[in-house]
Amino acid sequence: MHPAPSVIVFTTLSGAGFGLLFWLGLGVPDVRGLSAFAFFVIAYLLAAGGLMASTLHLGRPERALKAFTQWRTSWLSREAWLSVAALLAMAAYGAGLVFVDTRVPWLGWLGAALAAATVLATSMIYTQIAAVPRWHTALTPALFLALSAGGGALLAGQVTAALALLALAAVVQIAWWLRGDGALALSRTDMSSATGLPGRVRAFEPPHTGPNYLLREMVFRVGRKHALKLRGIALVLGYLAPVVLLLVPFAHWLAAVAVLAHLAGIAVSRWLFFAEAEHVVGLYYGMR
Amino acid sequence: MTDLPETTDRKLGLVIDLDTCVGCHACVVSCKGWNTENYGAPLSDRDPYGADPSGTFLNRVHSYEVEPEEGAPQLVHFPKSCLHCEDAPCVTVCPTGASFKRGADGIVLVNEADCIGCGLCAWACPYGAREMDAAEGVMKKCTLCVDRIYNENLAQEDRVPACVRTCPAGARHFGDLGDPDSDVSRLVAERGGMDLMPEQGTTPVNKYLPPRPRDTLGTGARAAQAPSLEPVAEDAQGWLGWLDRALSRF
Repeated sequence: MHPAPSVIVFTTLSGAGFGLLFWLGLGVPDVRGLSAFAFFVIAYLLAAGGLMASTLHLGRPERALKAFTQWRTSWLSREAWLSVAALLAMAAYGAGLVFVDTRVPWLGWLGAALAAATVLATSMIYTQIAAVPRWHTALTPALFLALSAGGGALLAGQVTAALALLALAAVVQIAWWLRGDGALALSRTDMSSATGLPGRVRAFEPPHTGPNYLLREMVFRVGRKHALKLRGIALVLGYLAPVVLLLVPFAHWLAAVAVLAHLAGIAVSRWLFFAEAEHVVGLYYGMR
Repeated sequence: MTDLPETTDRKLGLVIDLDTCVGCHACVVSCKGWNTENYGAPLSDRDPYGADPSGTFLNRVHSYEVEPEEGAPQLVHFPKSCLHCEDAPCVTVCPTGASFKRGADGIVLVNEADCIGCGLCAWACPYGAREMDAAEGVMKKCTLCVDRIYNENLAQEDRVPACVRTCPAGARHFGDLGDPDSDVSRLVAERGGMDLMPEQGTTPVNKYLPPRPRDTLGTGARAAQAPSLEPVAEDAQGWLGWLDRALSRF
């Protein structure tokens, strides 16, 4: 799959942003006034900024509001509703903390639940696609949720929670990669089932001499040869570095480095999430 | 809503005969010709006369080499367009309701005025039947020539999809696959029509007829008949006889 920068930025930033909103909604840390304001600004820049980036890959962004209509069947539509609901609930809750020094616990819990549900909906957009066997697993929502909670805890300054959740996310990430490498074979979709032809099937001649939308969007293969190195970089930057930096004595600049390393590592992991994903349509071209 | 209809009154679709297709791509051209000037946005091309041309097509013909267990390899031409699946994953993922399956005839269509061009339906389709138009920013797909098959301004014989009408080999058939007595359903039953990627659970309406085995010359039953194909008259007469004798002397 083509790793569109807008979608990588969106899932990385908004995942961390909604993760931070989740912790703020739970009242962890229990902040008020200016300090609460700072936390909420960071959370909204990440969450809403990511959402804005996601509209950049639309062919017709001016019609984006129509995406709110099909919540009964479409995870993308559900994500739209849940993200707006989470941002509105947390705005009201945050206003209470910042301006009137009041915490409304039930509103915070509601906002936290909506933030978590938004991340779940984002992950389900990918998980539901059976044509991309690497994504079509319960490990995908597990990975997105663990990363969002871990990244959120890191941003919220919750050392113990961040250590536990990032370690958990790293385990899920490795499991997701290992399962993913065998996912296409596991799906039982191959050139024989794609064409229904008997015997050994070889793509003799493609239907067109140049590239097309399908090949550009679904059969992206550039960079797969560096996949193992990039996995290492993602693991070190996204998981290992923040954990090490959290374990050494606390300093603000170290926390900032931990957050930046984490976001960079997760962006690399998200790039691989797309670049390594094989869409079964590639089989019609004799590719994967 | 992008719910799929529980059932459809009819299941209009195509039956494609892989035994008969000669790979001439006439269906590709007629499809592009009809659909670029009828339903919805035109099928645009980018850099059509330049070094790197690409464009939107709703029907494409692949070619495969098949090596059977025994016998010579075989070349199979393989036209592919939307299969108008009963359980179409492209429809339910659509966030705007632009993508829908009609209850009356089962045709899967895109209402382009509602399409935001997110591309999720193309991701959901395992067959590569949907292509985003680079100029218009909306998703294009086979309409089963919905603007031909019901078009009373056309002569009766033209009220079939453009690809079916144009196929010079008679490799494409159009009809109601929900009616077990229709010509297409009988053809599917007779020839062992098959689904593509059945394990994906899409339940395609379009069916493919497998190529018949061939090229057994020199093996099996044909080999036993080979002696009867040997030349009968060994002694050539006249000018050819003189040529044969003259050349034999060298």
